Amino acid sequence: MQKVYNKILSVTGNVITVKAEGIANEELAEISTSRGKSLAQAIKLDHDIVSLQVFAGSQGIATNDEVRFLGNPMRVTFSDDMLGRIFNGSGVPRDKGPALAENLIEIAGPSVNPAKRIIPRNMIRTNIPMIDVFNSLVVSQKLPIFSVSGEPYNELLARIALQAEVDLIVLGGIGLKYDQYMYFKNTLEEGGALSRSIFFIHTASDPIVEGLMVPDLCLAVAEKFALNGKNVLVLLTDMTNFADALKEIAITMEQVPSNRGYPGDLYSQLAARYEKAVDFDDAGSVTILAATTMPGDDVTHPVPDNTGYITEGQFYLRNGRIEPFGSLSRLKQQVNDKTRDDHRAIMDGLIQLYAQYNETEEKRAMGFRMSAWDKKLLKYGKLFEANMMDLSVNISLENALDKGWEILAECFTPEETRMKTDLITKFWPREAK
Amino acid sequence: MNKTKGTIIGINGNMISVEFEGNIIQNEVGYVITGEDRLKSEVVKIQGNIAYMQVFEITKGLKVNDRVEFSGEMLSAQLGPGILGMVYDGLQNPLNELAEMHGFFLKRGVILDALDFKAEWEFTPVAKKGDTVYAASVLGHVPEGIFEHKIFVPFNLQGDFKVTSIVEKGKYKVTDTIATIENDKGDKHKLSMFFDWPVKIPIEFYREKLVPKEPLLTQTRIIDTFFPVAKGGTYCIPGPFGAGKTVLQQVTSRFAEADIVIIAACGERAGEVVETLREFPEITDPRTGKPLMERTIIICNTSSMPVAAREASVYTAATLGEYYRQMGLNVLLLADSTSRWAQAMRELSGRLEEIPGEEAFPAYLESRIAQFYERAGLVEFEDGTFGSLTIGGTVSPAGGNFEEPVTQSTLKVVGAFHGLSQERSNARRYPAIHPLDSWSKYKSFIDAMPIQYACDILRKGNDVHQMMLVVGEEGTSIEDFVIYLKSEFLDNVYLQQNSFDSVDGATSPERQKHVFNFVHNVLTKQFSLKEKDEARNFFNKLRQLFIDWNYIDMRNGEFKKQEAKITQLIEENSDNAEGV
Repeated sequence: MQKVYNKILSVTGNVITVKAEGIANEELAEISTSRGKSLAQAIKLDHDIVSLQVFAGSQGIATNDEVRFLGNPMRVTFSDDMLGRIFNGSGVPRDKGPALAENLIEIAGPSVNPAKRIIPRNMIRTNIPMIDVFNSLVVSQKLPIFSVSGEPYNELLARIALQAEVDLIVLGGIGLKYDQYMYFKNTLEEGGALSRSIFFIHTASDPIVEGLMVPDLCLAVAEKFALNGKNVLVLLTDMTNFADALKEIAITMEQVPSNRGYPGDLYSQLAARYEKAVDFDDAGSVTILAATTMPGDDVTHPVPDNTGYITEGQFYLRNGRIEPFGSLSRLKQQVNDKTRDDHRAIMDGLIQLYAQYNETEEKRAMGFRMSAWDKKLLKYGKLFEANMMDLSVNISLENALDKGWEILAECFTPEETRMKTDLITKFWPREAK
Repeated sequence: MNKTKGTIIGINGNMISVEFEGNIIQNEVGYVITGEDRLKSEVVKIQGNIAYMQVFEITKGLKVNDRVEFSGEMLSAQLGPGILGMVYDGLQNPLNELAEMHGFFLKRGVILDALDFKAEWEFTPVAKKGDTVYAASVLGHVPEGIFEHKIFVPFNLQGDFKVTSIVEKGKYKVTDTIATIENDKGDKHKLSMFFDWPVKIPIEFYREKLVPKEPLLTQTRIIDTFFPVAKGGTYCIPGPFGAGKTVLQQVTSRFAEADIVIIAACGERAGEVVETLREFPEITDPRTGKPLMERTIIICNTSSMPVAAREASVYTAATLGEYYRQMGLNVLLLADSTSRWAQAMRELSGRLEEIPGEEAFPAYLESRIAQFYERAGLVEFEDGTFGSLTIGGTVSPAGGNFEEPVTQSTLKVVGAFHGLSQERSNARRYPAIHPLDSWSKYKSFIDAMPIQYACDILRKGNDVHQMMLVVGEEGTSIEDFVIYLKSEFLDNVYLQQNSFDSVDGATSPERQKHVFNFVHNVLTKQFSLKEKDEARNFFNKLRQLFIDWNYIDMRNGEFKKQEAKITQLIEENSDNAEGV
């Protein structure tokens, strides 16, 4: 039975309280205001006082507006009809298609039993050497792209989405700029991927609380498709906006902030979302790629910091390229021993030399004389940046590995590379020996 | 028995306030009844007739006026044969059994027995009728894997008892009565092979706690040789994300020379536990020839599982560790990560509206951390045997900054500090334990003098390196330059170790001794190197040979051959009369 109340006791930020009985924790309510209807969710119960966060924001709420409790927590429709459709942060279509109300599933369901997870073992090839060679992306991985505003992180996400071999793409936009949203739509359309995509879009102009639901909506749908045997790639952009929405609600609720105003449970909140990445035994998988912008390019900011502890690695996108230092795929060890014998050695060897190049580059900039070894490193660094790091490079993993050996042979003698002798015998380019 | 009942009057996240009638205990377990489900919760604060309880499950759908039943018991672990090889959540629910019953997801409100009540164990009695026994006296034992699992008089019985009957040797279930005991007052108890013990209370049934001396070898060179861990000691591994804490813990859990390893995955990624979960049954423990899983217990409360159970999970792990220590075994508990545990405390504290300390952590953070690590120890039992519990915890400091409260509180109480550095990790120098920052109060199995010498070389090498960054290579003398190359050599061939290689991943103590001797020899040797390029080339070659050597099995004939090659190269370039 639906319960209707029309006395709102308090309005603080985007949280309102009403006096109501028999309300369940996290139950949904619908508020009818002069501006229209908005969903709200019970976030705290104290005797008969119910605190509700209003998704559309509290502007224009009158104390006698009608609050109707729906008797259920947040749910989302689930069916194949969702493919190619675009929804907003409350799960309502924002394209002109018909509303979908059948087969509702609960969002933010229980977590997967670790005993039912399997060790991820399939690589997702992206044809970006900085990913494929150095930090392979793996099915069921959760990986953020740490970046700053202005970097092409959304372009990178879209490119990976198009090139990755997955059955389904779910895009969650949180505080997404309108032009970026159109960019995703157009890119996926041109690439012929829109018909296997589902969008949940909360744009920067929408009420901030509405963005809170986007990750849960995306992941609930993705999880369901995965259980039906599909390999799903979830793109979330930008998770910093999600964290900021959490912060806003927490402060409104007068929670003790832990670090720069963020609530103490930021880690658990983020983890509850990212941990939905999974590879099911005998079913599909969910892989999560999320953009996280670092305020002030500071990785110790609570959002990227907590994210880094949750996710299975991170890509740093800086100056338009994926940084070799700091970027890490924790699952790469699961797959990069099955690709080619030299994959791991090339991965480590090239990076160690590139680190030395950076030191030499610093010395050079300070005006020191360059030794013969330094000159070799300088040559190497330039070649590495041009042939591996540049984001425009679009070659297969095998070609990238060959390229790695070519670069080494062009710059160094075999023993300078620290490679194991048997690999050198097998892969060192012949003409250079 | 009449149990206290109550009703919910408020819900805030995973914290509920409950109005109750009657008496309750701090840390008592209660069950929230919602529909078909019974949600386990724990009393964390009592004020008048209102109890504040943390719910170990998602509180979605709970309502004001839902009923709560108190159990009269504190949060406890079930102790008895059959724990080894199990995978539990933070409250000791067996996850594999849960998966069999409920599939992919962790269904809310399901509570299972930690032990298999159907399995039969071959019980051999030790105590006899008429013996005087008390808590933690041994009644008999059953074989569990390669160990003799002792069956104790329950730890929670107080005073002396006489054994009035005890069963014959034979097969029994854990629930079967195996003995009856009685005290002078006529109190009788029927004893089975298992009992409950509250997880937050240390098990302290021993004669004396001793100072840890003997090293606990992990087969990771930088740890065993330079920053050793002792049996019964404590250590911590702080490090920023991506520095390799978890890989280091995994390698340790695999190769450490402990009888039993307990892995407490506390608020970390599920994926990491899965690796252990799936791989350990397949790996043979070289020391016993049995699957590694048979000596392992996994407590797994990953980051998306309810926070309150995360807080409980490290206590559950410590309790199981103490229980097996009581059998005279050497137990190693690896907690990953204690920061997540501390954060769980912080969330709870915030919901209780306690006055926050630094970074909103509760004021009692430090004492809780100390209490946890103090559960480790080498102990001597009444019968003169020994047992040990070693605790190693990772710390995940916010922003990789070791100045934060959890790292600082931990450093005060542990015996060894393996600080991981982002810089070393970026340079792919794994394990990324920083050799200049880390320390250990325990004694290495290798002589102190050569280690001191090696540390000096590292320090000097670092100084030279810093200087070279300023004055350049040309401004550095050949003597200093060789010291730098020597320190780099030590770092490359000994401190760094490839944990993903089957040979290099684990270095046995005798190999460590042998190789370290060799390395030390290089460090002390005078070489006839006159030019920097010549010196660099020589050390490059030497390093190459050494790294190849590290990948050769010691039992393989190639091992000696490679050693001969290295010796030859060193001899060719050594100069006892002049040079540097």
